[in-house]
Amino acid sequence: MRLRGAATKLRPVADGCQLLDMRRLTGVIDYQPTEFVITAWAGTPAAEVQALLAEHGQYLPFDPLLAERGATLGGTVAANACGPERYRYGGVRDFIIGARFIDGNGHVIQGGGKVVKNAAGFDYPKLMVGSLGRLGALVDVTFKVFPRPEAYATLQMSCPSLDAALALLPKLTNCPYDLNAIDIVVNGSNAATLLVRVGGLAAGLPQRMDRVRSLCGGGEIVAGDDEARIWREAREFTWVAEDASVVKVPLTPARIPALDARIQATRRRYSVGGNVAWIATHAPAELDALLTALDLAGLVMLNALGDPRIGRRVSHPFAERVARALDPQHKFG
Amino acid sequence: MSQAEFLSALRAVFPPGRLLTAPAALAAYESDGLTAFQARPLAVVIPETQAEVVAAVRACHRFGVPFVARGSGTSLSGGALPIKEGILIALNRLNRILKLDPQQRIAVVEAGVVNAEITKAAAPYGLLYAPDPSSQPVCTIGGNIAFNSGGAHCLKYGMTSNHVLGLKVVLPDGAIAELGGDSLESVDADYVGLFVGSEGLFGVVLEATVRLLPKPETYRTLLAAYRSLEAAGDAVSSVIASGLLPGALEIMDHLSIQAAEAAVKPGYPLDAAALLIVELEGERAQVEAEWARLREVIDASQPYLIKVARDDEERSKIWKGRKSAFSAVGRLSPDYIVQDGVVPRRRLGEALAEIEKLSAKWGIRVANVFHAGDGNLHPLIMFDGREPGALQRAEELASEIINLCIRLGGSITGEHGVGMEKRQYMPRQFSESDMDAMWALRKAIDPLELANRGKVFPDGEAPALRRVGSHPLEQAGVISRV
Repeated sequence: MRLRGAATKLRPVADGCQLLDMRRLTGVIDYQPTEFVITAWAGTPAAEVQALLAEHGQYLPFDPLLAERGATLGGTVAANACGPERYRYGGVRDFIIGARFIDGNGHVIQGGGKVVKNAAGFDYPKLMVGSLGRLGALVDVTFKVFPRPEAYATLQMSCPSLDAALALLPKLTNCPYDLNAIDIVVNGSNAATLLVRVGGLAAGLPQRMDRVRSLCGGGEIVAGDDEARIWREAREFTWVAEDASVVKVPLTPARIPALDARIQATRRRYSVGGNVAWIATHAPAELDALLTALDLAGLVMLNALGDPRIGRRVSHPFAERVARALDPQHKFG
Repeated sequence: MSQAEFLSALRAVFPPGRLLTAPAALAAYESDGLTAFQARPLAVVIPETQAEVVAAVRACHRFGVPFVARGSGTSLSGGALPIKEGILIALNRLNRILKLDPQQRIAVVEAGVVNAEITKAAAPYGLLYAPDPSSQPVCTIGGNIAFNSGGAHCLKYGMTSNHVLGLKVVLPDGAIAELGGDSLESVDADYVGLFVGSEGLFGVVLEATVRLLPKPETYRTLLAAYRSLEAAGDAVSSVIASGLLPGALEIMDHLSIQAAEAAVKPGYPLDAAALLIVELEGERAQVEAEWARLREVIDASQPYLIKVARDDEERSKIWKGRKSAFSAVGRLSPDYIVQDGVVPRRRLGEALAEIEKLSAKWGIRVANVFHAGDGNLHPLIMFDGREPGALQRAEELASEIINLCIRLGGSITGEHGVGMEKRQYMPRQFSESDMDAMWALRKAIDPLELANRGKVFPDGEAPALRRVGSHPLEQAGVISRV
């Protein structure tokens, strides 16, 4: 069995398997704005949820990817598809508090619940994050949500090189300023743009932006629609060619230079304060070999040909045993 | 294979001083923070290296002997209670901070490192480890991970699970697995997330990669006093509804105020029916803007008194009272049971009113100190263990409170874990098929049920003999049960 949502990211092909289309399992099941918790069917478009939350001044702080193209909540969880603002409060794993899914034995399993703090039972909801539909089919998911920042502003700074931008990173990540996102966009081999997003109450924002600018030693402060556009571009991947494969590579800032030196010809972006590389490539097989050599793992998030998992493949006895319990007959994986 | 052969296998790994078998030496390990349960293990081993932990687990597997891993033994759910026919693996000496990288904002620590030591090591770089259970001066990171510990500051930054990026663990058969990594992101299923909070049933943590956060630039803390518990509960709802995201949002009721004041004199108003503590934290300009909004919300909630901490000293005084509340309740009652059920936040007022009714119905005093922002209750059910039947009555009341939390759509535990104490309540919160699925997972990972046997699932081994009274560390004021 293969699962598909809106197929905005991975496009499972039947390939002799039963294809289970989740797109009609849609709608919000439970949302009490004063509770800051929302439960919805797995096929619900993330954009629909974001729009509903926005009516009440709330949001999913992990910046779900490709929402405008129709990404579903289930797909967002299964692919762990979070964006630049994940930097501030955490990713999909940090906001999912409940999940119901059907495992490979055909059992419906409810993990977690609808309260924000819960230490009872095994944390299946987190296990589902990044599972790529290999451990079961998500039926519904519950997220805690946060108050949406009243206003945003972004410092946009041109740097002569990636190294120059990277040199500013520790200053930003270690300072006590509350930063929502830190991304570096590499433009060709000789220039990079540092983007620092700050959100909060409108009253304190100008003063906070001045401090970020003086910390970085320059840059231009962008607000309003132009500012929103900068981050929409990252979330919706409008910065890459339609036919390119886009690969997510988790890493740490210290590992960026070695990787970057080998992918000079590609379009790329370092996100989440240097914890994620997004690489657009037309040669995923070559990137696979490179990542393996650098001991990095990757996931082809857009336009995958075959298995989206590339680079270093970790296999450990814990994962094997979990799969044996949830999907002993390999129905999903 | 005999017990003698098993012990001789342990002797090959551990010198006499680190392999305890004499009854007097074992006595110190009979209980954890939940002293109602006690059991004397076959032996205690005290490894100093990860290899020794692995060797102990492998010996257990070879001889089919169950084991319990333990840090400082502060579990409030009996999670580190030993097994009579098994061994205890005491991890306090596996306590090296292997790496602290301020630029990547991570620390790699061994399981026996004390929670507060991580923040201490990170402080020179302006960083901290966020999860702050009240036992943080003594509790270890391994135990925090096993039980997904919380604290007073979960509202904004989550529980232990949200701060662990990678784990190196030994599975119950001695196999080693490395889960997650050192990046904030991952492209694999979140096995770290599954392991955290599994209460020792999946194996033993050897080392953990945790994320560090910059220390907030500033804090603003206020104390608001109300004439009724309900009014304080309503104030919590309005603070949350206002779109503010405080670092902490806590309530103490009349009884716990009295107790805290008697114990550490934090300067709380003694005639208050309830106190609300709200703390904003973060960047100065943002906090100042939030502060103005918070003051409006709090003023509108009509407290009869508002106290604002003017400096760090006043702030720590407020927190000292809060964090000492549990041990302070010991002054009001020789014994008490603490529960940590969770209710949806909008139903806090309802839950508190119900608890008040139950308290009156049973004629048993209940003090309430809780993480209001998370809906995480901490009712302290007071009794005198010398009175025949008093413990049983207190437990029946506790059971009714747990049922209440489930009925309101919450959970039997927010941060203390199921352990020994709440295992019989699991089938009330989870359906039979959910319980079956969890059991199947446990069996797939540990077919012999060696790791922390008897915990989490009902119908484990028979409960140990019961006794009452607080933990020695608690009496000494070192730890408290929050």
